[in-house]
Amino acid sequence: TKTQNFCRNEYNLTGLCNRSSCPLANSQYATVREEKGRCYLYMKTIERAAFPRRLWERVLLNKNYEKALEEIDENLIYWPRFIRHKCKQRFTKITQYLIRIRKLTLRRQRKLVPLRRKIERRENRREEKALIAAQLDSAIEKELLERLKQDTYGDIYNFPIHAFDKALQQQDAESESDSEAEREEEEDDDEDVDKREFVEAEDSELSDFEDMDKLETSSEEEQEGEEEVERKGSHCKSKGKTPLKGPARRKRPHIEIEYEEETEPSTRTRAA
Amino acid sequence: APPKAIPKTIENQRVYDETTVDPNDEEVAFDEATDEFAPYFNRQTVPKILITTSDRPRGRTVRFCEQLATVIPNSHVYYRRGLALKRIIPQCIARDFTDLIVINEDRKIPNGLVLSHLPDGPTAHFRMSSVRLRKEIKRKGKEPTEHVPEVILNNFTTRLGHSIGRMFAALFPHDPQFIGRQVATFHNQRDYIFFRFHRYIFKSEKKVGIQELGPRFTLKLRSLQKGTFDSKFGEYEWIHKRREMDTSRRKFHL
Repeated sequence: TKTQNFCRNEYNLTGLCNRSSCPLANSQYATVREEKGRCYLYMKTIERAAFPRRLWERVLLNKNYEKALEEIDENLIYWPRFIRHKCKQRFTKITQYLIRIRKLTLRRQRKLVPLRRKIERRENRREEKALIAAQLDSAIEKELLERLKQDTYGDIYNFPIHAFDKALQQQDAESESDSEAEREEEEDDDEDVDKREFVEAEDSELSDFEDMDKLETSSEEEQEGEEEVERKGSHCKSKGKTPLKGPARRKRPHIEIEYEEETEPSTRTRAA
Repeated sequence: APPKAIPKTIENQRVYDETTVDPNDEEVAFDEATDEFAPYFNRQTVPKILITTSDRPRGRTVRFCEQLATVIPNSHVYYRRGLALKRIIPQCIARDFTDLIVINEDRKIPNGLVLSHLPDGPTAHFRMSSVRLRKEIKRKGKEPTEHVPEVILNNFTTRLGHSIGRMFAALFPHDPQFIGRQVATFHNQRDYIFFRFHRYIFKSEKKVGIQELGPRFTLKLRSLQKGTFDSKFGEYEWIHKRREMDTSRRKFHL
């Protein structure tokens, strides 16, 4: 507090450092303290000032609130009013907080477990390394391909390449051309499917192409532009990875061509 | 020149764990047929999951709960206004829930997960870290649909890992709908379980593309209890004891 100091003495009645409420300054003093849920009245008298060991006399107070107040009164009879009043006030406060403690323990307690900084750091570091070691994406892809091979998906996905190989081996050129036509149709179907699903991705590709355009105009030589396009293409591939599926396939053969101006409009028409 | 040596990784040098599950182990097979997940694996029960948080969840946790609810089919989110876990567990059992997930939160981020299989099943307590909500993941996918996803459980080798893996598997209904093309992955690596949720597409026979959607998080197992969640009287099947278990860099338990 601004105007008053706290008293550090544990036998203090009010808690403030005053001449009237200091247990050291007054030779006749009383306090109420509680230990393990039971309240005691401590008293100090002039007669025992020479015996520090027997200085504080302890009286156990009744558990009943009113009876305890009466006990305080009868023990502190003929004592100054101030001390009596403050004792009772202190006793009241103490009982109130004891009640609150008992109520709280009935509810759920929140146990605070301290974090250990070193361990936290160690765990985070290990987690990062484990993540890198895990290579989740490739693991998931492998697992999915395994399941495809083991025919868990049944007949939904038809990549009957084996059937085609057998057909190629057994039959003649005419059947070969037929199977090729079928394969082309299937690829077209896949591409159509991709087109239908990833329309948004294609819009993004348009923006990528615009960037490529800017790169082109900024670069002076074709070769520089080529490298940038390739880098940009590979960058697109790695960044997207996900949405660039059908269009990525179509883009790859084009990057290998030397002349960029030809690739630009052709891919644009494809995308459109 | 000497032939190129195989590089030593932590996975290569891993201390051999005697509880590693052998696929043909009869004892393990018998155990699995008779433990608490048997009704699930015999397709007698359909999983129904209750997701809840600790008291007063903050925004991030709330959103994470909702996203988790979309990922796991047949799950419901209920907020907990100070209700004791011991009391809601009988209610859940009465209402036919099979699993309970409690996401514990600290300073506005989720950091713990308690997963318990309800009709008297094991309870696992995890430390959750590195939680990414759907909008923080760099991808362009839409939200997960209502189809039942497939489940991939990777690298759960030991007995303990096996039981945890089965716990995760019990969250999802048995028959994945392949039309949905969604897959939820629990990948265990060096005692960290990474959860991811993807949508896949087969570009050709040898190539598959995946697109990450849905939240992601990593879990580290802290303890596994035999019965349902009980902090005082439950018998712990496994606790992570830091002094004993974190001594070697090459020893893992899951």
